[in-house]
Amino acid sequence: MRTVLYLVQKEFLQVFRNRFMLPMLLVMPVVQTVLLSFAANYEIQNLSLGVVDHDLSPMSRQLVARFGASGYFRVKKSAFSIQEADADLARDYTDLILEIPPHFERDFIREGTAGVSITANAINPVKAGLAIGYAQAIVQSEIPPRPPQKGGLELTYSNWYNPRLDYKTFMVPGILGVIISMIICFLTALNIVREREVGTIEQINVTPIRKWQFILGKLLPFWLIALVMMTIGLAVGWLIFRIPMLGDLRLVFLYTLVFAPCMLGLGFLISNFAESQQQAIFTAWFFLVIFILMCGLFTPADSMPRWAQWLNMLNPVKYFVEFMRLVLLKGAGFAEIRQNFFTVLTYGAVVNGLAMWTYRKRV
Amino acid sequence: MDYVIQTEQLTKRFGTFTAVNAISFAVTRGEVFGFLGANGAGKTTALKMLTGLLTPSSGRATVAGFDVWRQPEAVKRRIGYMSQRFSLYEDLTVRENIRLYGGIYGLKRAAIRVKTADLLERLDIGAYADQLVAGLPLGWRQKLAFSVALLHEPRIVFLDEPTSGVDPLTRRQFWDLIYEAAHAGVTLMITTHYMDEAEYCDRVSIMVDGKIEALDTPRNMKAAFGAEDMDEVFRLLARATATND
Repeated sequence: MRTVLYLVQKEFLQVFRNRFMLPMLLVMPVVQTVLLSFAANYEIQNLSLGVVDHDLSPMSRQLVARFGASGYFRVKKSAFSIQEADADLARDYTDLILEIPPHFERDFIREGTAGVSITANAINPVKAGLAIGYAQAIVQSEIPPRPPQKGGLELTYSNWYNPRLDYKTFMVPGILGVIISMIICFLTALNIVREREVGTIEQINVTPIRKWQFILGKLLPFWLIALVMMTIGLAVGWLIFRIPMLGDLRLVFLYTLVFAPCMLGLGFLISNFAESQQQAIFTAWFFLVIFILMCGLFTPADSMPRWAQWLNMLNPVKYFVEFMRLVLLKGAGFAEIRQNFFTVLTYGAVVNGLAMWTYRKRV
Repeated sequence: MDYVIQTEQLTKRFGTFTAVNAISFAVTRGEVFGFLGANGAGKTTALKMLTGLLTPSSGRATVAGFDVWRQPEAVKRRIGYMSQRFSLYEDLTVRENIRLYGGIYGLKRAAIRVKTADLLERLDIGAYADQLVAGLPLGWRQKLAFSVALLHEPRIVFLDEPTSGVDPLTRRQFWDLIYEAAHAGVTLMITTHYMDEAEYCDRVSIMVDGKIEALDTPRNMKAAFGAEDMDEVFRLLARATATND
């Protein structure tokens, strides 16, 4: 154990002496959490609206004004014909078209209801869906829909755990999980491969040092760094985004402690097969891109095809993101995340076992 | 005889290429044993097998009485190694490097302190103790690396081209350190391609294409070849093996 402490001391000396390392460890989680949480959200604003108003009545003008005042839309152009509006949509000048038919006001006064048509550019289906959703809400606030017939069903709904549908609340815990996973995996892989490149690992390999001592000496420092990054990330999330922290923070740290070895072990495993830092980076990226895209940060992991969900059971980042949301946003306790916890614990043990098994003191 | 290194038909193949071809030799305690040969003759490969960095393809070798293949950890506790590439951590200071290797070999804290002070004084680099190794001149670094390899008082030290790229004066000083260690009973095995250094060795073996072509004291070797110096011996030998092929 004393040997391991000497190795840990050496790693920390090197980390703190590297002028690039410390800023990366401290600044990167802050910048990325802030940047990604503001930028990567599903709220859409300033959609460009093309209007074709065939009615030109006070009421149709008021409807158009409502769109402009909503904050979601900007009335980019009022066209005289639907052909003109279509052309604008085709050349991406506008995102959607609001067409108000003739006699819109008259129909509304006579019959109590009237229709408008909305055409959206659905190349990005998420954007189009949201745009139509917003438009619908605005139109309905002006023109009440037909009253439900007697005996009809009415649906009421409420959004739990994130009542105001705030996307930052949803994104921040997940992004934090992704950043920590990514950084510690890279650091471990690069650190070990660097020693191989420089040649210092050869000197270590002629010493009677045990494999587990060497590995533990490499992993412990980055393990601690993961905890520090989690602390910084949570502080940023709370100070800037006011993300709720319903769960027990001790559980968050305990979980980070158990989760970190998964990514550290993967980094170690990669380093055993990479001969240069370049190879290590490409290999690590290959896995991390898959992990990040499939972890449920951007698209719900539960709605992926079944085979992908099976594959995703090997994705450690998925468990971390899932955990962060459950505990921070829903206030889940240990009982609710038990399965996740033990899966990650096993995962870490297996990956590190593999890393230890494939690490060769001689070739 | 008290042999500390013994090999029998030690061989290393990489695919179809035989880097070390059935070499057999024995080194006695306190001997300075030179391993000579052109680049690519198999010197480094042989050394790596003896230090447990490479697995032999066939043959046997014992170092300090232990089998390198079956008891590598026992061997590693008793040997020091200084590789061709500079192997100390450049982003650690002189003192930190000494402490690290002392710690790895299980030296007690107090022992590390004493050894550090002693080493700094002997190399006369006390002024640089807290400077990064990266900033030291090459010759000093090599001397430091050798001293660190001796830190845990190994019985045998392997040196792989320790003086390449070092100026003649520093090389001379380096050899003083080697003799000092040999007098203290340490066995040293050195690879080099400087033929003048071969004269400093008690015995030398000359490797050509993975095989040991000659093994004797420098004096006997010169006599056998009727040569002025080791450089001439080497050239005559290289020519002889080329015509044999």
